[in-house]
Amino acid sequence: MVAPAVVVLLLFTYIPLLGNVIAFMDYVPFLGFRDSEWVGLDNFSTLFSDGAFWNALWNTLQITALQLLLFFPVPIALAVFLHSVLRSSVKRFVQSVVYLPHFLSWVIIVALFQQMFGGAGVLNRFLITHGVTPLDIMSNPDTFKLLLTFQGVWKDAGWGTIIFLAAIAAIDIHQYEAATIDGAGATRRFWHVTLPGMRPIIVLMLILRLGDSLTVGFEQVLLQRDAVGPGAAEVLDTYVYFNGVVDGSWGTATAAGLLKGIVSLVLVLVANSLAHKLGEEGVYQR
Amino acid sequence: MTAVDRPAWLGKPNPGATALRGVALVLICLVVIFPFVVVVSTSLATQADIDANGGYVVWPASLSFDAYQQIFNGTQVTRSILISLGITTVGTAFSLVCTVLAAYGLSRKGSLFQRGLLTFVLVTLLFGPGMIPVYLMVKNLGMLNTYWALIIPGAVSAFNVVIIRGFIQGIPGELFDAARIDGASEWRVLGAIVLPLSRAAIAVVGLFLAVGYWNNYFGPLLYLNDSSMWPLQLLMRSFVLQGNVSSAAQHIPGTVPPPQQAIQMALVVIATLPILCAYPFLTKHMSKGMLTGAVKG
Repeated sequence: MVAPAVVVLLLFTYIPLLGNVIAFMDYVPFLGFRDSEWVGLDNFSTLFSDGAFWNALWNTLQITALQLLLFFPVPIALAVFLHSVLRSSVKRFVQSVVYLPHFLSWVIIVALFQQMFGGAGVLNRFLITHGVTPLDIMSNPDTFKLLLTFQGVWKDAGWGTIIFLAAIAAIDIHQYEAATIDGAGATRRFWHVTLPGMRPIIVLMLILRLGDSLTVGFEQVLLQRDAVGPGAAEVLDTYVYFNGVVDGSWGTATAAGLLKGIVSLVLVLVANSLAHKLGEEGVYQR
Repeated sequence: MTAVDRPAWLGKPNPGATALRGVALVLICLVVIFPFVVVVSTSLATQADIDANGGYVVWPASLSFDAYQQIFNGTQVTRSILISLGITTVGTAFSLVCTVLAAYGLSRKGSLFQRGLLTFVLVTLLFGPGMIPVYLMVKNLGMLNTYWALIIPGAVSAFNVVIIRGFIQGIPGELFDAARIDGASEWRVLGAIVLPLSRAAIAVVGLFLAVGYWNNYFGPLLYLNDSSMWPLQLLMRSFVLQGNVSSAAQHIPGTVPPPQQAIQMALVVIATLPILCAYPFLTKHMSKGMLTGAVKG
């Protein structure tokens, strides 16, 4: 019964995993795996001398940093806020509204943003009719990374609350009672009961995000790369795509992808052992 | 019955704070809903309406369904919708069959190679093979420019297998024992016990799969060269984001062509509609099915 799944995983996960050997080959599709020439680490030295690669890496890290700073706290704050809403019908309604954008495709999200913030969008029409110079939001390379982060918040902040809401709901209610009897106000209850109760989940999500440091919204970036140019919008995944599939530098692109995969794996392991050191559970147990 | 469940330790509500909270809730909802209002209104607006507002309409002065009529009059959009529906249906079915079979097979402790196969599936959670090797594999199998390239490579996600497997393991073991003592085959057990009892979990996973197939645009971009094979998301990218709108609609002779923005927004509405239809089911099962899966990690 497991056979179909095993065949699919074998064909499209395990064998391609071995297919990464072309990172050490001058791969020519016509010659295939067998007859393409082995070139050792040449692809990697090409990669490291390519300014576009470093640019892509730098952009990726900048976007990750922005997301950690500006995206990561939003679902936590939103969850705490939603939890404070006591009327369950209202709470459920707001929840189902804020979960919705998560299910829309990036094409739709970008179209919506264009309609709101584009040159002829709602915001700029408003500014123009009030005599203010319109803002270039959708195609400004300088603020592109902020735009990406903001789009991410709109799409996924609501969805991200689910896991934190579950964490808050799991906090023992007696802790709140005890804290209140001891004279703790709302603020101190938040700092000394709610936040510590959420900590394991927060640390877990942080580890998962750190492990994914080199992955930043591939579809989202690809859709908008033309608007701001590769200088601001090239990330590792788009670099792999354009070098490999579009330009046919299979070896270099695979080398970049392989490097990314290995570094990501190391990052998860490092982040996890760090969490263990800090006395948290982390993703897996030792 | 009062809907407010206020624990005693929370004390009396502060009217100012309650009002502030209400304002914040309304604002949050508006931030999500307002763009949709603009999109739907613009798709229903007339050229005069759009011109008067300069590109968008918040509330149309008069309704016009021309944009929708012209979109469905042309063959390209209609075809891409059918293609998207086809990929979504076949993909979800294929994916579910593989996933449920694997989940059941891996749920029985002590069966042949169970531990090894479980590890085999779980390891794929840790790392993927990367875009290029998968692309070359698809190419070498002759699947480029076929819809199978969009369906088979990503059909099995270890995460989904784990969720359904967890659900199956929650079914009381006595049921399985009783069925096997009565001589039921594994397939019979699957059909008579596993499927009916894990319907909720399978439904949730299926809905998420369907949303994924419907929303996928990079897969078609990567694997389909022929633009006549494009599903809706890719067509929408071309018409709405890249502005190649002219071919989206077949102009009906003798009528005023609907505004370009209306056609673009009508496409967005059409692409959103199936998600909105599935949404009540998603939210209904979400708290039950996904939450347990998500918290377990």
